[in-house]
Amino acid sequence: MSEELKVPIMANCFAEGKQPEILFWVGSAGSFDDRAKKISRAFVKILNKANVEFAVLGTEESCTGDIAKRAGNEFLFQMQAITNIEVLNAYEVKRIVTCDPHSFNCLKNEYPELGGAYDVIHHTQFIDELISSGRLIVEGNTYKGKKITFHDPCYLGRANNEYSSPRNVLASTNATIVEMKRSKQTALCCGAGGAQMFKEPEKGTMDINVLRTEDALETKPNIIATGCPYCNTMLTDGVKFKNKEAEVSVLDIAELIANS
Amino acid sequence: MQYIPNILFAVLLVAGVGYFSVNVRKLIRNIKLGIDVDRSDNKPLRLKNMLKIALGQTKMVRRPIAGFLHVIVYVGFIIINIEVLEIIIDGLFGTHRIFAPLGAVYDFLIASFEVLAFLVLITVIIFWIRRNVIKIKRFLSSEMEGWPKSDGNIILYFEVVLMLLFLTMNAADFQLQNLGADHYVKAGSFPISSWMILPFIENLSESSLVLLERTAWWLHITGILCFLNYLYFSKHLHILLAFPNTYFAKLTPNGKFPNSEAVTKEVKLMMDPDADPFAAPVETEGTEEVAKFGASDVTDLNWVQLLSAYTCTECGRCTSECPANQTGKKLSPRKIMMDTRDRLEEVGKNIDANGSFVADGKQLLGDYISNEEIWACTTCNACVEACPVSIDPLSIINEMRQYLVMEESAAPSELNNMMSNIENNGAPWPYNQMDRLNWINE
Repeated sequence: MSEELKVPIMANCFAEGKQPEILFWVGSAGSFDDRAKKISRAFVKILNKANVEFAVLGTEESCTGDIAKRAGNEFLFQMQAITNIEVLNAYEVKRIVTCDPHSFNCLKNEYPELGGAYDVIHHTQFIDELISSGRLIVEGNTYKGKKITFHDPCYLGRANNEYSSPRNVLASTNATIVEMKRSKQTALCCGAGGAQMFKEPEKGTMDINVLRTEDALETKPNIIATGCPYCNTMLTDGVKFKNKEAEVSVLDIAELIANS
Repeated sequence: MQYIPNILFAVLLVAGVGYFSVNVRKLIRNIKLGIDVDRSDNKPLRLKNMLKIALGQTKMVRRPIAGFLHVIVYVGFIIINIEVLEIIIDGLFGTHRIFAPLGAVYDFLIASFEVLAFLVLITVIIFWIRRNVIKIKRFLSSEMEGWPKSDGNIILYFEVVLMLLFLTMNAADFQLQNLGADHYVKAGSFPISSWMILPFIENLSESSLVLLERTAWWLHITGILCFLNYLYFSKHLHILLAFPNTYFAKLTPNGKFPNSEAVTKEVKLMMDPDADPFAAPVETEGTEEVAKFGASDVTDLNWVQLLSAYTCTECGRCTSECPANQTGKKLSPRKIMMDTRDRLEEVGKNIDANGSFVADGKQLLGDYISNEEIWACTTCNACVEACPVSIDPLSIINEMRQYLVMEESAAPSELNNMMSNIENNGAPWPYNQMDRLNWINE
């Protein structure tokens, strides 16, 4: 990506006495995973385009501890949480946006009791907000005539009851939105949650990401849209497994909007 | 001599209700073996949830066929129980159809009981076909072999017999009314039994009809009392426990896992710069037990989780939505709940036999639920969302993971790598913390 991205660092903003509108929590996947880094960049492109004053913690950010908590390591989770909360509170952060539903859920629901209460939103909610308030205009007909199906990330959907924001954003692209037979409350997991991303699956008859990819492919989509870096990886692998990568692309909602 | 039936009935009633209440007390004692959790907050919302989900069956009808059929049996069960009230009064006082003076209202009531009894009969037959002929997949998982399968069928047979006895009793009564027999006041309207049962008994003599009517009446009430006492031993307990379970279910978002307070204490102490690392442990009054992290047995779970184990009616909606189960892994959220109940019953029997619990060398994790099941979960909440009575199997799974990781250090090795990466460099992968911003310029 040759385009120059403006990514202010929280420490610098604070030194200049500026309090940005929102903190972009990049997350470990968004910082280090090659596929997810593209999502981070796409989201920043949107933030820049909509002239949102934001900042990232940069090297002061550390894993939320979410994966440790789902893996049963409550101790490690709380160590991470308390460390992060100290940083966030020092910068008097009020509002946080993240592209990772797992970070979103953890920051929103599990940090407050440990002393970190913020208004936490998922990037699909923020993009929806930017579009509906007129701050971001989705132009062009890049996706006109294309079929897009949306895979609900568990930690956005069932975990936090957010089904409409990602669909609202997709609706703004003029694409045809097709629902999978299992969607919203009954959406099938991509297989990465609960720390499964970091281990081999238990013995079974097939992999969960392949089963979910089959759900998506049944809708004959051009694009499978997601709002989670882990779902993205799982479904991308599933599409490759089904030898469909030439016809079907797996894209984050941020990428869809950034490229429109 | 004329009071013998009344006395017999009173004895039967006291025995039936008595034995049931003994078991209910046992049930409550077992549930209270769980650790305490405060669910006394937000009563209006809890009440609303109970009315909506348990009474209103809103989550049942998410699967329209099973949901609709279930509503019929459920409404039938509740309405027909008004008739049981009359039976009890008649039995105790030797009256016959005590509510008959209600006239048209009584006719309407009896007619509606009959229609409902008929609908229940049809529905129960469909349920039996779904379980035994169509063999719907979720009724066939390995945890359903043996007793759970029989239990499901026994309940259906019970209901068929009870409904047929009710209709037979009515048909004989109706014919006796037509014959102008003593005692049999003209009352009630019999839209079902008059064509379904009556043709078979029309030619019986008055004395045979009386015998038939009395036999059906006695067997019907005896059957109801037996069924009541069967509940404690059966998955059918849900007809009672669905109400408290939906009331006490968690109200926070599904994604919010509780933060362990015991861990918070330790972490705060560790991170406190003023804490003296060499200080002797503070002597607390009494012998406070060292907190155990996570759960390995039923007594480590909270009482709501134990209540849920008794509430589970083994419908398998959770398991049929579970991604791990659908892809052939061993995990079945229903089995987690069934195992929890089985182990809790075992612990309860141990207490019954010994006065207090005597270590039996067994625990829920390992002897009932395997590590393989626990690690197959994606924490996706599909099971929680699917449960028609707000059971949360995921909370049990996560607490067992906590036990495995924090007490036993028994996580799969890949997860140990992931966790040591987080400890060392603040990310689940081995990348340098200082590289966290590299994504901007790539």
